Amino acid sequence: MDTFLLFISAIFVNNIVLAQYLGNCPYLGCSKEKSVSIGMGGAVIFVTIMATMFTFLIQKFVLIPFHLAYLQTIVFILVIAALVQFVEMFLKKMVPPLYKALGIFLPLITTNCAVLGVAILVQRKEYDFVTSLLYAVAAGTGFMLALVLLAGIRERFEITRIPRAMRGVPIGLVMAGLMSLAFMAFKGMIA
Amino acid sequence: MITVSVLTLFSLGFASAGILAIASKVLYVEEDPRIEVVTEALPGANCGGCGFAGCEAYAAAVINDPDMPPNKCCAGGPDVATRVAELTGKAAGDSEPEVAFRRCIKVEGNVAKKFDYFGIQSCAAAKLVQDGPDACKYSCLGFGDCVRACPFDAMWIENDLVHIAPDKCTSCGTCVRTCPNSILELIPRRSRVMVFCSSQDKGKAVKDVCEVGCISCGACIKKCPAQCISMVDERIFIDHKACLAYGPSCEEVCVEKCPRNILRCLNPELMSAAPDTEPARYPEESHVADLNA
Repeated sequence: MDTFLLFISAIFVNNIVLAQYLGNCPYLGCSKEKSVSIGMGGAVIFVTIMATMFTFLIQKFVLIPFHLAYLQTIVFILVIAALVQFVEMFLKKMVPPLYKALGIFLPLITTNCAVLGVAILVQRKEYDFVTSLLYAVAAGTGFMLALVLLAGIRERFEITRIPRAMRGVPIGLVMAGLMSLAFMAFKGMIA
Repeated sequence: MITVSVLTLFSLGFASAGILAIASKVLYVEEDPRIEVVTEALPGANCGGCGFAGCEAYAAAVINDPDMPPNKCCAGGPDVATRVAELTGKAAGDSEPEVAFRRCIKVEGNVAKKFDYFGIQSCAAAKLVQDGPDACKYSCLGFGDCVRACPFDAMWIENDLVHIAPDKCTSCGTCVRTCPNSILELIPRRSRVMVFCSSQDKGKAVKDVCEVGCISCGACIKKCPAQCISMVDERIFIDHKACLAYGPSCEEVCVEKCPRNILRCLNPELMSAAPDTEPARYPEESHVADLNA
């Protein structure tokens, strides 16, 4: 039951993009086509899990024993950047099909604040290792949901008459705001 | 305090760098360096005219498949074909340079409007409403789906009719695949004669809606000494290869005999002009008017 609530909370109530405003750059950049948004969402889920796993271990076995918790942010950035580079190389060699599907998105996620945000949030909430990974899956899924929904809406803009000044990014930003408002309806359902 | 944090970050950074350095050696993927060279030799427009997903996909196919001809890139033309052939060690073969051509002159035919269309401004959408707003359902709809699809900026709409700049057209065929009425087709640049109509209707129905449309009388089919004109899909079809092979000795008897004046000579000089990168001032240039009639 706790796991279920964790998922509902991370996907709908505290959606990483629409409620916590993290990862807005890929949210607008990769939401023009549904197929692209699905690829990006998959890559984010994948990287979030990996990053949370590694940063959790770094926090537990390096930062806390040496009383360096104040270096958390900068160390996490370093670790995540190196990790994504490594994963990219690993996939290229070992799992070419996965590399073809996710490859072009991986460099984009290197310094994505949604990934870093999840890694820091699980520390702040003091989850254990397994819960942290579950939270990472849920947060990544929430990101993917928001991305695919926005991409679906933005695809319809192609056949809609929009005032010239509003075309492209402006209407995308307005839609992102409206989506965020819509997700406000979930507020208060679960903490 | 500062020493410890600096040292920690330094060692972490050093460790990551070390791991990445080792990984880049261990996980190095050998890629055929020729693929990159061939990709650079291709125009890079990713138009899909070769039948592959993009220039890089075609480069990989040309390198890996010994049967793949090097002249598939229509955007690049013979120059690129020669270059790719050089790089891959294949015979270039010859490719007839082609150009996109519009089989419709509804402006001359005074094709009336069935209704005013205010829907989505695209040919594909307009076609769904009663086969489009034009009285002739085989006409150029004029909403410019092909113009938007053209990767080379070689088309524009004028008087509800698409126009093609032959010096910019690379015959990639993107517009041909886009047009919902199939009025665009690729023809050899050297083509002598072309039908400016794509109606599949019978004579009476065509006469009712268009003053110049092809009425399928078949005069051209009967008169052609090379027998290279035929009826395909209820439209006049000219076998340009046979027509060119026969040569000018027929003196374009088909053009003369066409009662609707819809079969016309194409300017041979214009058609053989290779596409160049110079920006065309197209609406003013006289030779463009010939192709677009």
